[in-house]
Amino acid sequence: MNEQKFQEKIDLERKIEPKDWMPEEYRSHLIRQISQHAHSEIIGMQPEGNWISRAPSLRAKMILLAKVQDEAGHGLYLYSACETLGISREELVQQLHDGKAKYSSIFNYPTLSWADMGAVGWLVDGAAIVNQVSLQRTSYGPYSRGMVKICKEESFHQRQGYEIMAEMAKGTPEQKEMAQDALNRFWWPSIMMFGPQDSDSPRTGNAMKWKIKRQFNDELRQKFIDQTVGQVKVIGLEIPDPDLKWNEERGHYDFGKMNWDEFWSVVNGNGPCNIQRLDHHKKAHSEGEWVRKAARSYSNKQEIINA
Amino acid sequence: MSDNTKVWEVFIQSKNGLAHKHVGNLHAPDKEMALQNARDLYTRRNEGSCIWVVKAEHIISSESEDGEAFFDPSNDKIYRHPTFYTLPKGSKYI
Repeated sequence: MNEQKFQEKIDLERKIEPKDWMPEEYRSHLIRQISQHAHSEIIGMQPEGNWISRAPSLRAKMILLAKVQDEAGHGLYLYSACETLGISREELVQQLHDGKAKYSSIFNYPTLSWADMGAVGWLVDGAAIVNQVSLQRTSYGPYSRGMVKICKEESFHQRQGYEIMAEMAKGTPEQKEMAQDALNRFWWPSIMMFGPQDSDSPRTGNAMKWKIKRQFNDELRQKFIDQTVGQVKVIGLEIPDPDLKWNEERGHYDFGKMNWDEFWSVVNGNGPCNIQRLDHHKKAHSEGEWVRKAARSYSNKQEIINA
Repeated sequence: MSDNTKVWEVFIQSKNGLAHKHVGNLHAPDKEMALQNARDLYTRRNEGSCIWVVKAEHIISSESEDGEAFFDPSNDKIYRHPTFYTLPKGSKYI
């Protein structure tokens, strides 16, 4: 009965709010998806934070700082949305530290040169935007509202990345080579950010029925590829895929086979930076404990004084 | 050790003269930090001219599940709307 009413609401495009009845599986699916999304924003600060102290100009440094600060903000919006489902911030962080909750695998790749800041902003944020634009219509109210806010802020991220790539691509031959190298390394992991092909994605069924997801992985991936190919041409670089070509009949680009063995191997902890990323988060969290403790103790004292 | 910080709901007035609007929430141990965190989290692009923070536990909400019954008293009072009334032909500015 409850489940039927719930589904009717979903079918009418009404949003589900925190206090509304929802199937346990809907709740747990959302906790998994939103927390993974939140952790990705937070862990995603690391590969970019790596370049703040070495940004090539004051302008570049200020922009990168603002971008990383936005990622922290996005992580917090998402943790808030996730907490409305009845899980605490401490539990969420604990799940990340225990490896029970994942974050986007793309952040397990290192950022080796300044051009990687371009590739990350342009491709990684670009792919994230395609996904997040679609999720603005997700059925869970707090998640949907978070996505709207995040999308408003993200487009600067993608443009600043593209600007870096464009600048380097028209620079010295060495700079152009760095830009191409960054594109070569980030292209495939970026298009795999949309997740497994739908034919291999076991959880898609209910997620679509409940309108947590609004579009299939392959549909979103195709959209990202179609819109990015032209941008690559404009700045004179080449996508590292010999099979990439326009398919008149489909009205889309065809593209080569993705290496899912590598994808799963990175998801399961064997990427170049998995250990480093998690260790850094644990370290920052435990080193910040004294600040949280001091703030708590101050707040407790104030309550006694004001009582 | 549990962090156990309080949750605060954040309301922002985007321009002088407008109403404060709910934008989201955050964690903070006390009211000063709640205000500062709200500024950093919700007004990085000049979104506000004033911020309210309210402890989430102090907000009382109606249930959206039984919304219909709760709002029932206003359903049958269509005479509260100006379109309910018939006006004589030719009357203006009313």
